[in-house]
Amino acid sequence: MTSNNDFVSLTDVSKHFGSVVAVDHLSFTISSGEFFSLLGPSGCGKTTLLRMLAGFESPTTGEIYIDGAPMSEVPPHHRPTNMVFQNYAIFPHLNVRANLAYGLRYDKIEKAEVGRRVEEALEMVKLPGFGNRRSNELSGGERQRVALARALIKRPKVLLLDEPLGALDKKLREEMQLELRALQESVGITFIFVTHDQEEALSLSTRIAVMTRGKALQVASPKDLYNHPVSVEVADFIGQMNFVEAQVMDVRNGEAVLDTTGLGKITAPASSDFVQKGANIIVAIRPEKLILSAERRSDGLGAVQGTIKTSAYLGDRDHFYVSVDGCEKPFAVAIAETGANSDQSLDRQSIVWLSWADESLILLPRD
Amino acid sequence: MTEVAYIDRPSRALYFYAILYLGFLYIPVLFLPMFSFNDNIYIAFPLKGFTTKWYVEMFNNQPMWAALNNSLNVACVSAAIATLLGLFGAKAVTRYRIPGEKPIIFVIMLPMVVPYIIMGVALLILITQLGIDLSLYTVTMAHVLISVPFAMATLIARFEGFDQALEEASVDLGASPLSTFWRVTLPLVFPGVLASFLLCFTISFDEFIMAYFLAGTDPTLPIFIWSQLRFPTRLPGVLALGSLILVVSFVVVFISQWLRRYRVEKTQPGI
Repeated sequence: MTSNNDFVSLTDVSKHFGSVVAVDHLSFTISSGEFFSLLGPSGCGKTTLLRMLAGFESPTTGEIYIDGAPMSEVPPHHRPTNMVFQNYAIFPHLNVRANLAYGLRYDKIEKAEVGRRVEEALEMVKLPGFGNRRSNELSGGERQRVALARALIKRPKVLLLDEPLGALDKKLREEMQLELRALQESVGITFIFVTHDQEEALSLSTRIAVMTRGKALQVASPKDLYNHPVSVEVADFIGQMNFVEAQVMDVRNGEAVLDTTGLGKITAPASSDFVQKGANIIVAIRPEKLILSAERRSDGLGAVQGTIKTSAYLGDRDHFYVSVDGCEKPFAVAIAETGANSDQSLDRQSIVWLSWADESLILLPRD
Repeated sequence: MTEVAYIDRPSRALYFYAILYLGFLYIPVLFLPMFSFNDNIYIAFPLKGFTTKWYVEMFNNQPMWAALNNSLNVACVSAAIATLLGLFGAKAVTRYRIPGEKPIIFVIMLPMVVPYIIMGVALLILITQLGIDLSLYTVTMAHVLISVPFAMATLIARFEGFDQALEEASVDLGASPLSTFWRVTLPLVFPGVLASFLLCFTISFDEFIMAYFLAGTDPTLPIFIWSQLRFPTRLPGVLALGSLILVVSFVVVFISQWLRRYRVEKTQPGI
């Protein structure tokens, strides 16, 4: 038996398709009861990894352990995993009840118990009375629920979800996200969720593995990913980010003095090893951490002068793009739309000041 | 102004062409039932009068019933074997990564284009060299050979038409690969199996050349009919049988089309 926090464990897992490396030496662990997301652009290997967990593909190297047991010799129909497929894969020749009961036959469950569990599962996904319908009589959202119920009714140790919300429209998707999270918390089963939608991953997951080119760039909680990305790639992929090139002039008392292109000489908290005197690094700051003002603020924050190039109204917030001398790309600045500052004269071409707190600067190694 | 879209406007010329085309297809066939009710031993105009005696004669023609029975047996067995082989072959080429898949499919499809007379002669030489007696079994084997490509083509289309994730879902839910085949794959490709069986049945049922080479003493129906042509008095009875076969074929095709549409409506998830 394993302890709780390496319920699912990947050790040096790779998958090659001919000369293509789909998954490249992955090692991480997933705790019991986690909502774990594999996040990355298409072709990053996240679906291949999920299919290896389900047993549809076998790893070229490495081993996957679920609840302490190595999986490489276990065929998919004997694994303690169940999957929600991208297109749901509801059996079209069976009605909803038969779809849900399909897998229970192999668990040697009595007929009366099967009926009871099917009804219970239909209740759980809010589809009571849908038992006699067929797949072509269901909407996209209903099919999604049937697929979820069909997998959960097996009471797997790990539920695998392959972009299950991708085919739904935005509003329904947001509704399903909430339901999915609530469902996961109530059943307590470990969910492994594949998505390319970073907002979805951030709002659902307890932890996220950000993947590109078959590698996991960072495995962390949504908050850590957002506030403490470990590389430019992760910072760029999760949310919006402004980047500035910099050289470390000096490091003392955990403070780094940086010479940047555009922002001039600034100081920032130096927390990582790569921040050493003379090193070339990248400074990153989130759009909502930048403060926009017409006059230079007197509270001693770092500041630089720029020109508003363009702006975008996003309903709940405004985005301004401010160009600063010496910087190639304009800085994105997000300001919450409260109504209070709507009378500010933040027109195009107006000269403004950008300010920031030193703690909001993120230092990243140059790739 | 008309209310019909430009593209949907009827064309008199095309209408005329369609009628001409249907006539070209079916008028020759209609001569068969017409002469089968004609009260004349010679197949010639003018028609003499209505009779059903050829049908009575047909029902009393024992050798013809034997030949029909032979043909039905050969057709059923060869269609069943060809469909079974086609089913496994189609599953293999659509579901697994097989080295040399393209050349294998090419070789399987080859009998479609090799003239039956060449294949008949080749099989005759082979079978006599092996010392096997010619019989309905050898005809059945030959018919399996020529039917398999058609079975494959029909079933590959059906296999490619359904989402592979359905089979994966079945395995994922705990079904073994064999169980998955019975509970998911077969029900979903069943319309294709039926279509393949009917197609192979038809191919075997009216195949003459290879049956002529490879049948022993028991004739199939096409061989029997061919042998009857030498005796003008037997011809009207053959016409009566031909008419019956025609009716049965139409009914079978109609049913299979109806079945296909019914299944398609049932199995295609609506969007």
